[in-house]
Amino acid sequence: MDDPRAFVLGCSAIGAGLAMFSGLGPGIGQGFAAGKGAEAVGRQPEARSTITSTMLLGCAVAESTGIYGLVVALLLMFANPFIGQL
Amino acid sequence: MKVFPLKKLIGIVDSPDSGFDISSRILGRIDVAGQEVWITQTVVTTWVIMAALIIFAFFVRSRIKYFTDEPKGLQNVVELGVESMYKLVCNCMTEKYAYFGKWFFGIFCFILTSNISGLLGFRAPTADLATTAAVTAATFFMIHFMGIKTGKLGYFKGYLEPLPFMLPLNIVSEMATPISLSFRLFGNIMGGMVIMTLIYSLPRWLNFGIPAVFHVYFDLFAGVIQTVVFVMLSMTFIKDKIAD
Repeated sequence: MDDPRAFVLGCSAIGAGLAMFSGLGPGIGQGFAAGKGAEAVGRQPEARSTITSTMLLGCAVAESTGIYGLVVALLLMFANPFIGQL
Repeated sequence: MKVFPLKKLIGIVDSPDSGFDISSRILGRIDVAGQEVWITQTVVTTWVIMAALIIFAFFVRSRIKYFTDEPKGLQNVVELGVESMYKLVCNCMTEKYAYFGKWFFGIFCFILTSNISGLLGFRAPTADLATTAAVTAATFFMIHFMGIKTGKLGYFKGYLEPLPFMLPLNIVSEMATPISLSFRLFGNIMGGMVIMTLIYSLPRWLNFGIPAVFHVYFDLFAGVIQTVVFVMLSMTFIKDKIAD
């Protein structure tokens, strides 16, 4: 416990784990979008390709907040900015 | 900036063939006018991909002497690619701006090849923020160039709408576009690469056949989807700025 880096590393690991909670929102949003897409295909099967491409585009946009969380988690794990400040 | 010693922490044995280094390794350093330039894995892989694409283009050109009305063989493949890109441009932008397809077809080929180059054991260049930021910078330039070209003064007036004091907010939202565009591609490919690296660091007997399934999802599926999304979003952002 003499090494002060241990505390910083542990807190960073917890922070990386917490940052991945941002995957919660995109998961709900994408599931919602996929459900609506399936509904639309069921109602109008001939517009399948348009619906699919629109849905994928929306899903990808909804995913970006989750990706920001992932980038923060990756930064904390592999390029930790706090350990250099000690 | 020191790199976190994850290897020691979770006890992965430091052997040359099961390394846990996800950063782009520096292979060489050269001096350009007193400034040190790093030759990273990304640079090497990018040049390999560019060479492969150029050689493929020359190969296609030499195989097809002239285009026939009834396509056969290789001409089918070429026409399929060009036609689907043309349709995508006409969908996202209008037929008037279909000339953007020439630029975006090149970008599409480059990003797609980069994303699936992980299958061949390369480190995907798009898993480096430098590559995605460079491609996004071109999109950013085109968004505002087309805005000024078509909108003239209306482009600058657009920053003062709906109310003049919204100017800082509008500028921030303009700056958020390239950031979200580059981070989306980078984060997706990087995340896939980290998970693949974790799977490859499993015990050897678990490494038989299982990584192939994950490669199909993270490299092929996510790679293709993210390429299409990147190109489609770039087109949509450019179309939004065009004043008609």
